[in-house]
Amino acid sequence: MANAVEATELVKTFKGGVRALEGVSLEVAEGTVFGLLGPNGAGKTTAVRILTTILAPDSGSARVLGHDVVHEAAQVRASIGLAGQYAAVDENLTGRENLRMVGQLTHLTRKVASARADELLARFELTDAANRSVKTYSGGMRRRLDLAAALVDRPPVLFLDEPTTGLDPYSRVALWGVIEELTGAGATVLLTTQYLEEADRLADRLAVVDHGKVIAEGTSEELKARLGATVLDLNMGDDERAKQALGVLAGRWPREPVLSGATVELQLDGGARVVTEALRVLEEADLVPSTLAMREPSLNDVFLALTGHGADADQSDGKEATK
Amino acid sequence: MSTVTVAGPTEMPRAGLRATPWRAALDSLVVMERNLIAYRRVPESLFFSSVQPIMFVLLFRYVFGGAIKVIGFRGGYANYLMPGIYVQTVAFGSVATSIGLAEDLQKGIIERFRALPMARSAVLAGRTLADLVRNVFVVLIITAVGYAVGFRVEGLAGFLAGVGLLLLFAYCLSWGFAVIGLSAPNSETAQVMAFPVLFPLTFAAGTFVPVSSMPGWLQGFANYQPVGEVVAAARSLMVGGPGPAANHVIGTLLWCLGVLVVLAPLAVWRYRTRTT
Ligand SMILES: Nc1ncnc2c1ncn2[C@@H]1O[C@H](COP(=O)(O)OP(=O)(O)O)[C@@H](O)[C@H]1O
Ligand SMILES: [Mg+2]
Repeated sequence: MANAVEATELVKTFKGGVRALEGVSLEVAEGTVFGLLGPNGAGKTTAVRILTTILAPDSGSARVLGHDVVHEAAQVRASIGLAGQYAAVDENLTGRENLRMVGQLTHLTRKVASARADELLARFELTDAANRSVKTYSGGMRRRLDLAAALVDRPPVLFLDEPTTGLDPYSRVALWGVIEELTGAGATVLLTTQYLEEADRLADRLAVVDHGKVIAEGTSEELKARLGATVLDLNMGDDERAKQALGVLAGRWPREPVLSGATVELQLDGGARVVTEALRVLEEADLVPSTLAMREPSLNDVFLALTGHGADADQSDGKEATK
Repeated sequence: MSTVTVAGPTEMPRAGLRATPWRAALDSLVVMERNLIAYRRVPESLFFSSVQPIMFVLLFRYVFGGAIKVIGFRGGYANYLMPGIYVQTVAFGSVATSIGLAEDLQKGIIERFRALPMARSAVLAGRTLADLVRNVFVVLIITAVGYAVGFRVEGLAGFLAGVGLLLLFAYCLSWGFAVIGLSAPNSETAQVMAFPVLFPLTFAAGTFVPVSSMPGWLQGFANYQPVGEVVAAARSLMVGGPGPAANHVIGTLLWCLGVLVVLAPLAVWRYRTRTT
């Protein structure tokens, strides 16, 4: 299968010396969903802005449907749709006017642009608000309109930057539906997210980015197999007992337990035996946990496993890209 | 909820992709229309940009006017004043370009424009054209007020030529203010940055008072700076004097050309290089 998006060694340093990208390479096969997963400040938005021709890389290159994002930007722009991290819609226009304007600027005829605007307004449940100025829209409605604007000329490649951040659960599920519909129709989607669960649910392949580098890549099964599966949280009641429990449990399995306040976190890639063994050992040491909980690994666990530091460690210091 | 409408890569009927000047012009008109809709929807901004010049007309005509002697000028102070008011008004009007662009950057809509297959120049051209249309409206309002306070033109042709000239000047000035708008962190700052440029230009000129009443060192600046030239040209064309129109008209056209040649490419460059 051909690649719809290819990036090779993208580097971007911003004024003030922030190295947002330090050599990012990725490949997105046509007709698939690719997830760019990473914490705040990892470089996701910068990568999306380069791939959508908004920003030029300092070095490295990228192609979308075979067109270079720097030298053939016009062709790239004609084949992409972008829903950025912040809704880029005009507050003074109505929803319908926004979509019509985008239609005309993608060079649809006036008539086609109008028809398409109405179609999308209906699809995103904005028909009732179509003739109201966007100023009166809620955050969720703006996001929906923004996504609709990205779809106006049915682009074959879509870039969605944190499409579900700030959405209520209902809208989030609706958005997942839209993305599935898009790929069902043959579109290629590159989306960014901070949530492993979401990347897992939507993306065929993912790349985990951290400090401007891709630190892991593969299908979510591959990544999860590498990262260990379920996590067992053993709440020991207080920090002191948790420290003792950590000592008792250390050195028994390939993946060491981790301390987090009064909780000891244990990765269960050795299966259920790990649970029984852990409980037996704790029982013998008279350190019975006060509560137990099992959960899927979070992005934080992924980061811990891949980098040795948590997802929120000293990365969200910089300012955001477009605010 | 229908499902077919979000379909992916289906070709949609569209006019070719080539970035022709024709295409760029159409894109500019779409952006202009978008900006005009905003002006129509936020009439306060248009209202305030008319109120200010009306206050100036009344202030100078009735408060200061009596004390201002216009030597060598036929006709009353109203006739002396109004061409100056026109120029000042459209020059202030072109600050809207700074504010508008700074706001577009701030609100992120330019981020979308940059990823669309539209002409790069259309964002700036559409903005300056919308501000030209806005200035036409303000000129109409000022004309009504001027008439009420005793402004009488020499002849319709001269008046229209004068209006055309000062609108052209304001349009060129818009490109200069575009540079400021594209350099400012937000729209409030853009406005604050624009005024120090605008004030000396509009006040240190024969806009409201004869240049001959100013100290010598200021007269040199007032006589040769662009706004002074436009005021002189507009005054000659609209109310016939003092002095011949031709020189000032040529001077104004040269200023327009100069401003456009230097500042329009600068604005386009700022637009391309600004990354946030
Ligand atoms: N326009 C900009 N100017 C300066 N620094 C920026 C700019 N955009 C992003 N950065 C910095 O680059 C890094 C990556 O940011 P970004 O790509 O927005 O990350 P993410 O989208 O993953 O949260 C951050 O440290 C951010 O502060
Ligand atoms: Mg981001």
